[in-house]
Amino acid sequence: MRQTCLNTVFELAKKNKKVVFIGSDLGPGVLDSFKKKFPNRFFMEGVAEQSIIGMAAGMAFDKFRPYVNTIATFITRRCYEQVAIDVCLHNLPVTLIGNGGGLVYAPLGPTHQATEDISIIRVLPNISIISPCDAHEMKHLMEQSINLKGPLYVRIARGGEEIVTDKFKPKIGKGIYLKNEGEYCFLTTGITCQIALKASEYLKNKKNIECGVAHLSTIKPLDKKFLKQLMKKFNKIITIEENFISGGFGSSILEYASDCQIKNKPIIKIIGLKDRFVKKYGTQKELLDYTNLGYMDLANKMLKFIKE
Amino acid sequence: MRKLKTELNIKLDKRSIYLRSLVVKCLYGGGRGHMGSAMSLIEILRVIYDKVIKYNPKKPYDIKRDRLILSKGHGCLALYAILADKKFFSKKKLSSSSKFDSILGGHPERDKVPGVEASTGSLGHGPAIGLGMAIAGRLNNLNYKTFVIVGDGEINEGSFWETAMMASKHKLRNYYVLIDYNKIQSYGQLKEVLDLEPLKDKLISFGFEVNQVNGHDVEKLTKVLKKKCKNTKPKAIICHTVKGKGFYFAENNPFWHHKNSFTDKEKLLINSCIEEK
Repeated sequence: MRQTCLNTVFELAKKNKKVVFIGSDLGPGVLDSFKKKFPNRFFMEGVAEQSIIGMAAGMAFDKFRPYVNTIATFITRRCYEQVAIDVCLHNLPVTLIGNGGGLVYAPLGPTHQATEDISIIRVLPNISIISPCDAHEMKHLMEQSINLKGPLYVRIARGGEEIVTDKFKPKIGKGIYLKNEGEYCFLTTGITCQIALKASEYLKNKKNIECGVAHLSTIKPLDKKFLKQLMKKFNKIITIEENFISGGFGSSILEYASDCQIKNKPIIKIIGLKDRFVKKYGTQKELLDYTNLGYMDLANKMLKFIKE
Repeated sequence: MRKLKTELNIKLDKRSIYLRSLVVKCLYGGGRGHMGSAMSLIEILRVIYDKVIKYNPKKPYDIKRDRLILSKGHGCLALYAILADKKFFSKKKLSSSSKFDSILGGHPERDKVPGVEASTGSLGHGPAIGLGMAIAGRLNNLNYKTFVIVGDGEINEGSFWETAMMASKHKLRNYYVLIDYNKIQSYGQLKEVLDLEPLKDKLISFGFEVNQVNGHDVEKLTKVLKKKCKNTKPKAIICHTVKGKGFYFAENNPFWHHKNSFTDKEKLLINSCIEEK
C-alpha cells in the first residue's frame, strides 16, 4: 500500500511539474525512480519534521504541490503545530503521508505506534483525512489527491492487505457498502474494513446473522449523504478503528449522528483502542488481537450488541 | 560592548520617528500591543522596504517579488506601519488594530493583510516557510530574495536551527535571516533566560555568512543588506537593537514588551517622543 501510494506520487509528478516529494530521512532507495527522473523535485531532508512541514508550506504558497512523507507519528504529533499553522491555517495543498498508521510498527513499541493520529488531525480545520483499506483504494484516492485545494493527511497501513475494494471506483469523500444486508452494520475505516468483512462472514456462516459492512476511506470530510442513508437503513451500527476511541473516527460518527435529522436514529457503539498506550510488541495482528480488535472480538461484540 | 551601547544610542531621524508614530496609532487604536518588540524593528523594516526589496503594493503577491516574512509576528505593528506607509493598505486602518473586524490583529495574517507573506505568531515557523519559498524560487528560475526576520528569543526554538542546517545544505544564497537582537525576551534578559552567545560563531558553524550591524543605523543596515553576494551561503544578519527604541522610558524595559492599556501619563510620555520638535 505504501509502495502504491508513493508510486502514485511519482505518476502525478510525471503529469504535473509542480509536484514535489519531501521525505524526512526515509529508508535507503525510497522513490529512487522519482529522484532519478526529477532530481530537482525530490527532497530528502533530515530528521527535522518541523522544518520540513514549514518548507512544504512555503513551497505551496508558490503553487507547488508538496507530498511529504515520514512515519505517521512523526508527521502528526512531532510537528503538530506546523501542520496546524503553516499548513492548515493557510489552507495550503500539502499532502502529508504517514507510514504505519495504527499498530503497524508493533515491534517498535509505543513511540512508533500512530494510535491517535486520526483524533489529533481531524480536529484541525481545512484538512482532509483518508485512510484506505487496500492498495486499490489507495491508488484511486491518491490520483485524486492532486485535485484537492487544501491539505490532506494520508494514513498508510502496513501493506499487503487483501484487496477488497476492486469492484469499486473509490472516490475521496465517498463511502461504500461492501455488504449491504441485514439490520446491523459495521462501519469501518482503514484496515478495519477487512476485519469487519471477516466478522460479518463469521456471523453469517456460524450464527446465521446478516451484517452489513460500510466503509469510509475518507474520515474527513464525512460523507454525510452516505451516513444519513446508513443511519436510516440500520438499527444498530458498530464503528471500528485502529485508533484511540477518544476523539477518533467513531467520535466523528457520533458527532454527525447527534446532528443528523432523521426519525428513529440507530444505536451506535464505537470500538477502537482504549485510553492507554499499547505496551506489547510482536506483530500488528498480535496487537490487534491483544487490543480486542480481531475479527472474533468484533463478531462477539456485535452479537452482544444485538442482544442488548 | 560599551562601543555598541553608544552606537545604539543613535539619534532617530524624522522618518524613523514618523514610522514610530504610525505604530503608536495602532497602539492607541487597539489600546494594546507589543510596543517594545515593534520599536526595535523599525529601522530594519524601513531599510528593507525603502532600499532593498522589490515589491508592488498593487500586486502584493506578484510572483517575482522579494519575500519578507516577519517570523516574530508579535512585532507586527512595525510591519503594519511600513506596509501602510507603502500603500499596501490605507493608513486609516492602523487605528483599527486589534478591534473585532479589523484586518490588523495582534499577530499578522496573510489572508487579511495585503503584503503579509505568512501568518505568524507562534515562534520559529517563519524560517522554514521562507526556506520553502526560497527553494520554490530556485525551481521557478526566479531570482527573488527571501528575508525572514526573527526575534532573538524566538531562536530559542529548535526549529530555527533545523532550518538553518537545511538552508546551508541547499546553498540558498538568496535566503536572508535577520535577527532582531534586542537581548530582552518576555521574562527578562536573554542572558538569564536562555543565552544565545556565541551567536555569531553558532551561525557561522551552521553554514551562514554572518554580518553584524547596528539595527538602528540606516546607513549601515543599507550597506549590509545591499552587500553583493559573493558565495552560495545563506546570509544571517545579527541586528543589534534596543527594545522599545525611541521611547526612553520603554527602552530595555521588559514591562514594555507588551502593553494592554495605557494611562494618560504614559500617553503623554509616548507623545513627547513622537511629536515634531
